[in-house]
Amino acid sequence: MSILVDKNTKVITQGITGATGLFHAKGALDYGTQMVGGVTPGKGGTNVEITLENGEVVSLPVFNTVAEAKAATGATASVIYVPPPFAADAIMEAVDAGMDLAICITEGIPVLDMVKVKRYMEGRDTVLIGPNCPGVITPDECKIGIMPGYIHVKGHVGVVSRSGTLTYEAVHQLSTRGIGQSSAVGIGGDPVKGSEFIDILSRFNDDPDTYAVIMIGEIGGTAEEEAAEWVKANMTKPVVGFIGGATAPPGKRMGHAGAIISGGKGTAAEKISTLEACGIKVSPTPSEMGSTLVSVLEERGLLEKCITRQA
Amino acid sequence: MNIHEYQGKEVLKQYGVVVPSGKVAFTVDEAVEAAEALGTPVVVVKAQIHAGGRGKAGGVKVAKGLDEVRAYASEILGKVLVTHQTGPEGKEVKRLLIEEGCDIKKEYYVGVVVDRASGAVVMMASEEGGTEIEEVAEHSPEKIFKEIVDPAVGLQPYQARKLAYSINIPTELVNKAVKFMIALYTAFVEKDCSIAEINPLVVTGDGNVIALDAKLNFDSNALYRHKDIVALRDLEEEDEKEIEASKFDLSYIALDGNIGCMVNGAGLAMATMDIIKYYGGDPANFLDVGGGATTEKVTEAFKIILSDEKVKGIFVNIFGGIMRCDVIANGVVEAAKQIELDRPLVVRLEGTNVELGKKILNESGLNIVAADSMADGAQKIVALVK
Repeated sequence: MSILVDKNTKVITQGITGATGLFHAKGALDYGTQMVGGVTPGKGGTNVEITLENGEVVSLPVFNTVAEAKAATGATASVIYVPPPFAADAIMEAVDAGMDLAICITEGIPVLDMVKVKRYMEGRDTVLIGPNCPGVITPDECKIGIMPGYIHVKGHVGVVSRSGTLTYEAVHQLSTRGIGQSSAVGIGGDPVKGSEFIDILSRFNDDPDTYAVIMIGEIGGTAEEEAAEWVKANMTKPVVGFIGGATAPPGKRMGHAGAIISGGKGTAAEKISTLEACGIKVSPTPSEMGSTLVSVLEERGLLEKCITRQA
Repeated sequence: MNIHEYQGKEVLKQYGVVVPSGKVAFTVDEAVEAAEALGTPVVVVKAQIHAGGRGKAGGVKVAKGLDEVRAYASEILGKVLVTHQTGPEGKEVKRLLIEEGCDIKKEYYVGVVVDRASGAVVMMASEEGGTEIEEVAEHSPEKIFKEIVDPAVGLQPYQARKLAYSINIPTELVNKAVKFMIALYTAFVEKDCSIAEINPLVVTGDGNVIALDAKLNFDSNALYRHKDIVALRDLEEEDEKEIEASKFDLSYIALDGNIGCMVNGAGLAMATMDIIKYYGGDPANFLDVGGGATTEKVTEAFKIILSDEKVKGIFVNIFGGIMRCDVIANGVVEAAKQIELDRPLVVRLEGTNVELGKKILNESGLNIVAADSMADGAQKIVALVK
C-alpha cells in the first residue's frame, strides 16, 4: 500500500507539449508510471512520441481539454506543468473534470490566483498537491513530478515536506540506511496551497503499510504547529521532524513565497518547540533526519520492519 | 516588492482611498516648493525609505512655515535612518514626502493580508492605531478584529461595518470608513498586493477618514501583470547583489556572515545556512541556483558571492536530482577558473552521476575540498574560514 498514487494510477500531463512537461512525462514513463496522455489546448488530436531510456518509443495522445483526456484514457490523476499565468486555470480545469488527484508542479503562481482556486475547490472532491512542489512518488510503482526516482526505495516510511530538495535529502538519508519509503509527498512552498501537512499525515496514519513518518517543515506560517497538535491528538505512528530556516532573518523571503517570518510569527524556534511538545522528535540538523528517524524506530522496535533493502 | 509611502498613497488614491495631499521631493528646494504649493499652515516632512519606524528614528517632522520645511528637509535628506527594520547599518534618505498636516482626532489600524490558514484575504482592524500591530497582537490580541473575505464576492459592506463598529469609529463616520475599507480591499486584489497596511488610519477634526501612512507590498509572482507597479521599484533601496542575482534568475539574499553558500533548492539552501551556523560558522548569504543550473548560472552565482568582501570561503551544496552532478561539477570548475578563485571552496555533491562529478572536481587541479555529506561540508568550511 501507499498513499495517493500506486501502480494502477493512470496519469495525464497538462502542458505535455512544453519542454518541461515533455521532459518529466518521459521521466515518469521511464520510472514505470502509467502516463496515458496529455493536454495542450490547440494540440488536441495529435500525438507526442517519447523515446524512453530503454529505447522503447511511446506515443501519447494529446487532447484539447482535461475532460476529453479523462474520458478517453480513464486517467484519475493529472500533473500540471503549465506556466504560472495559466496554472490556476489549469488546476480548476482538472478539478472541474473530476480528476481524483491534481498535482501542480508550477512555481511562481500569483497567490491571489491560488486564493481563487482554493475557493473554487470548496465542495469538490479533487485532492490538490502543490503548487510549487516536487510531486508525489510511491517507490517502484508511480512517480508523478520532478523528483529523481532512483534515490527512492520501496518501504514503510512516509515523507511529507514543504521543500523539494530537502525531501530528496531526507529520502537519500533513508535509502542509504536501507529504509524504504511508502510514499513521498512534496506539498510545496507556497503560502496558499492544496493539501496541507495534516491532510497527508492523516493519509499516512490510515495507510497500513506506513509505519512512521518524516515531516519536513520550514519557517513561515503555522502549518507545522497545527500538524503537531493533530499528530499529538490523532497519530498512531511515530513522526520525526525537521524545520528549515532557524537562521533566516525576519522579513526576508527565503526563496519560497511561503518561507518568510512576518510579524514575529513562523520562526523555526517556535515550530521546533511546538513539535517537541507534541512528541515529535526534531532533527537538530538537516544531516540527521535519517539518523533521528532510526533512533525513534529503534525505541519503538520498528527498525527491523522498516529496513527493506540491505545497505 | 516594496514601494515608498508616497507611491503607495498614489496607488490607493486611484481606488478612492482618501490620502492627504502631498508631493515627493528629491532636494531641499523641491521640498520647499512642494510645501508652498500645498499652502497649508502645517506641513509634514517625511523620510521615504523602505522601512518602518521612521518617526522614532527622527525621519518625520511637523513643520510650521516654509523656513521650518527647509530646515527639516536639509536635516533629513542624506541622513542615515536606523530603525528596527533597517538593520544596524541604517538606510540613507534620498526622497521626502511633503504632505499637508491634518487635525488628528484619533488613530486606528487597518491592514489587509493573505491569510494562510483560511487561504483567503483577511482585513484586520484595531483601535490601537499608530503602534506596531505585532505588539498589539502580542499583548492585546482581543483588540484586533478580522474579517475573512470570500474571493467570489469580495469584501462586503456589512463586513466593513462590523470592523468599523468594532474599533469604535465615530457613528457618523462609519459610512466613510466602510467606503475606505472597500476601496483598500479593491486596491489590494486588483494590484496583487501581499500586504496593505494603513497605520495609522485617522479620523480628522473636519470629519474625514484618511490614510495617514500607507505600506504596500506586492506579490512578486504577479508583477508580470502590473507594469505600472514594476515602474515604481526603487533599486537604490535594494541590495546590489540581490539585484544582480535576480537578473540571472538566482534567488539570493545577503546576510552578515563570512561563508558564501551556493545551493540548489530553497529548502536545502535554508537548511545549509542552518547547518553552517550549527557548526559555529556564519553564512554570508542565502543562494538558490534553482533546478536548471547551467555553467553560466553557476559562474554568475560565484561572482556574486565573491563580490562580497566579507566572504572568506564558499560552501557548494548540491543535491542533483534532475540536474546531473557532472554538469554541476563542470560548472563549478569552469567558474572557478574564470574568476580565479582565491578563497577556500568546499563542495558537497550528491545525486545523479555523483561519482563522475567528484572525478571532474578531483581532476580539475583546483584546490577544492570534497565533502561526503552536508554535515561534513559544513564542518570543513567552518574550519577553513577560521
